[in-house]
Amino acid sequence: MAPILEVHELGKTFGSITAARDITVAVPAGQTLGIIGANGAGKTTFVNLITGYLKPSTGRILFERRDITDLSPREITRLGVCRSFQVPQVFPTISVLDNMAIALGIARRGAGALWRPLRSRRLVEDAGAILERYRIADYRDALASTLPQGVRKLLDIAMAVAAEPRIVLLDEPTSGISVEEKYEIMEVVVGALRASGLTILFVEHDMEIVERYADRVLAFYDGTVIADGPPDEVLHDEKVKQFVVGETLHRTARQGAAAAHA
Amino acid sequence: MLTAFAILIDGLVYASWLFIVAIGLSLIFGVMKILNVAHGAFYAFGAYGAATLVGLYFEAGLPVAGAFAAMLLAAVLIGVILGGILERGLLRRVYGRDEVIVLLVTYAVFLILEDVLLLIWGADSYFAYQPYVALGNVVVGEMIISTYDLGLIALAGLTAIGAWWGLNRTRSGKLLIAVIHDREMSTTLGINVTAVFAITFVIGAVLGAFGGAFTAPKISVTPGLGVEVIVIAFAVVAIGGMGSVAGALIGSVIVGLCRAAAVHLLPEVELFVIYAVMALVLAFRPQGLFSRAEARKI
Amino acid sequence: MPDRTLLLLCAIFAAAVAVSFVMPSWAVFLTTIAVAKALVVLGLMILWRTGLVSFGQALYFGAGGYAAGLAGRWLGLTDAIALCLLGAIAAALIAWVVGLLLARYREIFFAMLSLAFSMILYGVLVKSEALGSTDGINIASATFLGYAPSGPAQVVSVYLLTVLAGLIAASVVHVFLQSTIGQLTAPIRDNEIRVEYLGVSARAVVHLEVVIAGALAGAGGVLTALAVGHIDPEMAYWTTSGGFVFVTILAGTGSVIAPFLGSLLFEMVRSFAMAYAPETWQLMLGAALLVTILFFPGGLWSLFERRRARA
Repeated sequence: MAPILEVHELGKTFGSITAARDITVAVPAGQTLGIIGANGAGKTTFVNLITGYLKPSTGRILFERRDITDLSPREITRLGVCRSFQVPQVFPTISVLDNMAIALGIARRGAGALWRPLRSRRLVEDAGAILERYRIADYRDALASTLPQGVRKLLDIAMAVAAEPRIVLLDEPTSGISVEEKYEIMEVVVGALRASGLTILFVEHDMEIVERYADRVLAFYDGTVIADGPPDEVLHDEKVKQFVVGETLHRTARQGAAAAHA
Repeated sequence: MLTAFAILIDGLVYASWLFIVAIGLSLIFGVMKILNVAHGAFYAFGAYGAATLVGLYFEAGLPVAGAFAAMLLAAVLIGVILGGILERGLLRRVYGRDEVIVLLVTYAVFLILEDVLLLIWGADSYFAYQPYVALGNVVVGEMIISTYDLGLIALAGLTAIGAWWGLNRTRSGKLLIAVIHDREMSTTLGINVTAVFAITFVIGAVLGAFGGAFTAPKISVTPGLGVEVIVIAFAVVAIGGMGSVAGALIGSVIVGLCRAAAVHLLPEVELFVIYAVMALVLAFRPQGLFSRAEARKI
Repeated sequence: MPDRTLLLLCAIFAAAVAVSFVMPSWAVFLTTIAVAKALVVLGLMILWRTGLVSFGQALYFGAGGYAAGLAGRWLGLTDAIALCLLGAIAAALIAWVVGLLLARYREIFFAMLSLAFSMILYGVLVKSEALGSTDGINIASATFLGYAPSGPAQVVSVYLLTVLAGLIAASVVHVFLQSTIGQLTAPIRDNEIRVEYLGVSARAVVHLEVVIAGALAGAGGVLTALAVGHIDPEMAYWTTSGGFVFVTILAGTGSVIAPFLGSLLFEMVRSFAMAYAPETWQLMLGAALLVTILFFPGGLWSLFERRRARA
């Protein structure tokens, strides 16, 4: 089976700054891949490059064997690669339900789909069902600008996958969320996404989260990948400990919390 | 050859006029990010005010030389009063709102001031030709050029130098430039942006009134003055770039020469060419030829 | 359950037709002008919701008017419906070309570029002897599929066509705004990048809106020309564009009905002011605008909605 996503010698420079260099990764379909690294190591640059927000200086990106290196974010989204944002990008002046409805409305296939009325009964039901699945249905009529951060993140992610993509990149899905809520959110998201056989790439700072949910981990440092493998291996790798994690994970109180949510 | 020379002179005279009118608008936009439609009203008030003052002056039988001081006085008074009232009374309430909203606010003010003008001066025409006539003409080759017009070129030059010097060589001017580049950063550096705004606006208003005052002797001062001027001033600022003295100069010269060329060679395109250049510049370099600001564009 | 707005539009249309039998000629004329202007405002409303203000709708308004006038003068075309379609299509084509560039801009640059294009047309019209220059051109009385009314019957006929155009335009725009693509107005205004990441080209949507607004303004221009019987370059001047923007703000953008109510009120107040205090009309308008912008950003319609919500 060909890998769903391949990246060959990807590099990006901004003048004299090298944000990414020599990244070569192959991701098989259905994998859940955790991306770790200190701030400025190049994780978000990596996501931006794959999703077309930045054009690489060198290298190629292949999605299902198709070269997507020069495509725009819009085209890449249409092909089936979606992303969520570190700072949730929603539409603040309309309701949560409307946000979801728009995402679904756009995802509808068929000629002239965009010209059909947005709020058809079917679509509103589908939007409501997704909000239920992400456990934010209570907020359906609230304006997106009034949402607590966790709900906003979930909405952002729900919108990102509305088009039923084959890959989703989650940029720090639990950043800015309280410790208690982090696991809840990941359970909901990963549960919902894995059910559809999606390939998931997620950027995370919280190593416990990475350990719990990732099949495989990429560790970034200084714009390139310094370790690539199963969580156990990578999180205990010497280089990773030095440049990313800081020291060995402390499996103390946190483990209790993780067990409680298991 | 004569035509080329005529185009050059006419172009420079028109450019000088444009520069004096547009520099105030450009500064206000550069510093405060406000596209001030009411600038047309400052111009109109300046023209009417100068015409009235000059009329009174000559009725009192005073020597011609002082008339210029009277015009300058009119401009300063009007700029300070109108500009001050507007800035403190109204604009302060809308700082920070969307640029287009602020533009609409200034447009509303412009409308109000246009009628205030009518209420004060009525629909009659006013003339203040004395200073213009008094300076006589200069004969260059086969061309007769009004000395007043040449004076305008000199005045524009002086204004440009004054503005440049004021911005780049004085401490206050450098503060202005800082605010032009980055308002937020300037605040964090301790610059009193509110005061900077107030002073800039008044200076811009004075410059606008100044343009009107020194144009008055060349024209008949009638209602509707401001309406025509503001849109041309916009074109100059759009072409040259906001907040830049060099930009306002280049924009004025480009528009001035284009118009003069059109008038002499192909009169049908006289107005069309100005706005075509404006559209062209906006299309390729929306922030204008000399601005360092970034345009909002995808 | 048919859409409530559409029902309301039909009711207003029926009332407008009925009342034409009893209205004096000057009132019929005034309402015609108001409805024609409301067509332009409908287009501005779509753009305003998307966070864009066009200061150049006079380009299409003028283009529509002159298309009708020149078709009458050069082709002898006087059928009002044909002229309407011609004007709207001509304006839409111009909007399509202009939109190729305009759709890439936002905020103040969108406003200034749209202004520049309309002033280009003005510049051409004012200096062109063939097109009547500043005097403009007179328009022959309109005919309606063979029927050639004159006098009061002409005024009423143009009026009926105008309110019919209003009904059609408002209904089409309403349906458009309910569709997925029409619902992208607020999203594009709020977060354009997100729209791109959902798979839609914001630029393409804005381009479409520019064309729709252009067509509407063109139709408005034709109808105004037929009602007034005369076209001149002032139709393309920047103050004309400004007038349209004012009505948009004053009326509010909450519903397709708002432009019509707002425009009618505007014309009524203007006629009154021009008759009794012509040198204070702009003052009143400016003051009304300031009050609206500062205290009632949703315009007249928001007041209307608030009262209904409380009832």
